[in-house]
Amino acid sequence: MSNRPSFVAKRVPILDRSINKNRGNEINVAAFAFLFSEMLQYAQKRANGIQDLEKRLSDFGYRVGIRVLELQVARDKPNRRENRVLGILYFIHSNVWKSLFGKQADSLEKGTENDDEYMISDNEPQISKFISIPKELSVLNAAAFIAGIVEAVLDGSQFPARVSAHSTGTDQFPLRTTLLIKFDKSGM
Amino acid sequence: MASGTGTRARTAGDDIWKTRVEKINAELFTMTYGSLVAQLVKDYEDYSEVNKQLEKMGYNIGVRLIEDFLAKTNVGKCADFKETAETISKVGFKMFLGFSPAVANWSADGKEFSLLLEENPLAEFVELPEDAAAELSYSNILCGVLRGALEMVLMQVECSFVSDVLRGDDTTELRVKLVKFLEEEVPMGDD
Repeated sequence: MSNRPSFVAKRVPILDRSINKNRGNEINVAAFAFLFSEMLQYAQKRANGIQDLEKRLSDFGYRVGIRVLELQVARDKPNRRENRVLGILYFIHSNVWKSLFGKQADSLEKGTENDDEYMISDNEPQISKFISIPKELSVLNAAAFIAGIVEAVLDGSQFPARVSAHSTGTDQFPLRTTLLIKFDKSGM
Repeated sequence: MASGTGTRARTAGDDIWKTRVEKINAELFTMTYGSLVAQLVKDYEDYSEVNKQLEKMGYNIGVRLIEDFLAKTNVGKCADFKETAETISKVGFKMFLGFSPAVANWSADGKEFSLLLEENPLAEFVELPEDAAAELSYSNILCGVLRGALEMVLMQVECSFVSDVLRGDDTTELRVKLVKFLEEEVPMGDD
């Protein structure tokens, strides 16, 4: 291996690279599905029970979410910081969802019982589609990952919240997933 | 000879990528992979262990990925290792990752070649801290994928990155070495 006294970047320094250069790049969904499947197995081996597994998957998503937020804000909203709950939720429902999954989320609702609860639903989350049976479990696992992404986007935008994933499949949309977002009082 | 195979493979690969592959945002993939590597670094704290884990996970992916590949491509048995290399680059990489690395640096005996990754969707936006840059083979999962996939089509290979832009090198070069052809037999226990 080369012995360098310090890290010398031979390519363009990372902060100088264009953030829009590879913006629309795509990859085979199977590549993602294979990767996610291995990550799931890795998490399963180390998890103690279902809740721990969901936490680990959510942690995977969290790291993604931090970076998604930075990237999306740098690209689309460089001069404005979102400071309203509805604003950030709309940002997630439209902007974030569209850039990650190719479409907006299917619904954004306010919880009826509590002021600090909202729900975002997706009728057919792209990544659940390709994870193998049992389908119910696969939906939850993919959803826990997405919940982590959303939680990181909210935390990073100064709207701390807990995000949990729920399977709300219907006959028409068996893979339907809902993220329940419960905001901390501090952010509201 | 190589150009004939290469062109056919390239057309096949491009065609599959355009028409028969469902696509997803590459950045989601990139960041998810980064999340995995970060978690492994946290769990193992030893970069050579992380490299091993990545390779192992790649192997598990490879043995399943080859079936998806064969199902989608109807590619017949490769006539020789050179054709294998072209197929890996122009069909395999193209259909799963959307690009074809250049095949280069063949050894005299035709048993080793390199894939030059001009772009690497796994490593987009990535910068390694100094201690990691010395030891971590960030994209090592690819080595495992190749090893697993090729084993299923009866080739035992060794794969490793001989250079990586993440480590400060000029290029990212993945070296593939054919160890031997395997006999058709029931596989032994797994990794």
